[in-house]
Amino acid sequence: MRKIIIIFLLFYLNNNYANSIEPDVFVQSTVNRASEILSQNISKEEKIEKLKSIAKETVDINGVGFYSLGSARKNLDSSQKKIYLGLFENYFLKSFSSRLSEYTNPEINVNGKEIINKNYTIVRSILVATSERPEVKIDWRIYTKNPDDPLIRDLIIEGLSLARTQKEEFSSILNSNDGDINALFKTLENFSNN
Amino acid sequence: MLRKLLITIISIFLIASNAIAGSDGDLSMKENEPKKIKDCFEKLNRATFTFNQSIDKAIIKPVAKGYRKLPDPIQKGTSNAVNNLSTLITIPNNVLQGDMKLAFINTGRLIINSTIGILGIVDVANNMGFPKYEKEDYGQTLGAWGVGPGCYLVLPVLGPSNLRDLGGSFVNVLGGDPWYNASVHGNNEFLNENIYLTSKALGGIDFRSKNIESFENLEKNSIDFYASVKSLYSQDRENKIKNNQRGSIQVIYKEEDWEEIDNQ
Repeated sequence: MRKIIIIFLLFYLNNNYANSIEPDVFVQSTVNRASEILSQNISKEEKIEKLKSIAKETVDINGVGFYSLGSARKNLDSSQKKIYLGLFENYFLKSFSSRLSEYTNPEINVNGKEIINKNYTIVRSILVATSERPEVKIDWRIYTKNPDDPLIRDLIIEGLSLARTQKEEFSSILNSNDGDINALFKTLENFSNN
Repeated sequence: MLRKLLITIISIFLIASNAIAGSDGDLSMKENEPKKIKDCFEKLNRATFTFNQSIDKAIIKPVAKGYRKLPDPIQKGTSNAVNNLSTLITIPNNVLQGDMKLAFINTGRLIINSTIGILGIVDVANNMGFPKYEKEDYGQTLGAWGVGPGCYLVLPVLGPSNLRDLGGSFVNVLGGDPWYNASVHGNNEFLNENIYLTSKALGGIDFRSKNIESFENLEKNSIDFYASVKSLYSQDRENKIKNNQRGSIQVIYKEEDWEEIDNQ
């Protein structure tokens, strides 16, 4: 009986350990996948499609979407939230993959991580310098609430947060339109369709 | 004399009004929350931003592209020399912020680079293992002293700023920049106002040439380019004032809004 309990415990612990993914390993593996796509001899459109599928797997798009909306998220009803998340996903994937597709074969080295709390770990990395540009420091805000499925929530490039920039852009659009959420929906839709 | 007096009055007005503008919002905000940027002159700022974009497209960007075609040693030398001149502003600001150790290090850097490094063209100090150089200016010092940014500004040609940083820039021409003093008021045969302005223009072109692709990328992927630039400028200034490059990650990245997303 004792043996069975020990075997059961070992199996359980092993299983738990095996599923948990370290945030730094997760980031390095994600950038390696993206880098491989960017170095492939395929068209830019194909690269963008492949990068979109990586982003869908590895980025908490809904989380980033709610953050970007700022305090306006509190005023949305459930149907508006649904519309917003759909529009945001299209906008985000287009913007994110388009930004990345400009790089050819970027080399990113993960060089450390720091746990902020149980929900967030910051992974530090360096985009290695080329003859065209200097070294760039990139920090990744990784959402670790589910340690088995870490997700990217923000990229902080040389101290500048992409999510915060996006949040302030959205806020600016809402302010210019007297807080009308439909104006933001329209802007996101136009961006995705162009 | 009259010009100096006028500049002084404007500076005092700007800094004073800025301190008032910067205080009310800050008090109500949590320590780690990004501060809302006040855009008191948004219409004018947007118009200036559009004007600057046209100047950039017609003149600055093509010049920056041409500059980038120059041999690497020339670009590197220009960048080093411009950085070396900025040390003259960084050192007094290190002192004003109470960072005496850094003031000594930067003084050493300035002496070595200006002499062995041939007027700063070669960054000998860096090769000798001096710590990474971080610029400081009077706007940052005012920020470190607790003066809020105040209203956001877009200056013609010069680009994004705010009332505090504009006030800080005035300090340069009121005697706070030894390079300005020596070249404009030095009464010597080697330096004059044109050399000072050329050094500033070269600094701008050097910066622009290093950011051609990133600006293009940002513009292409922004739904409100003006707001993106405003946000990036404000974040950059906040980081510099708090010396985040030397700070604790726990402090830099703790933000209430991200925690709230969890409870959605």
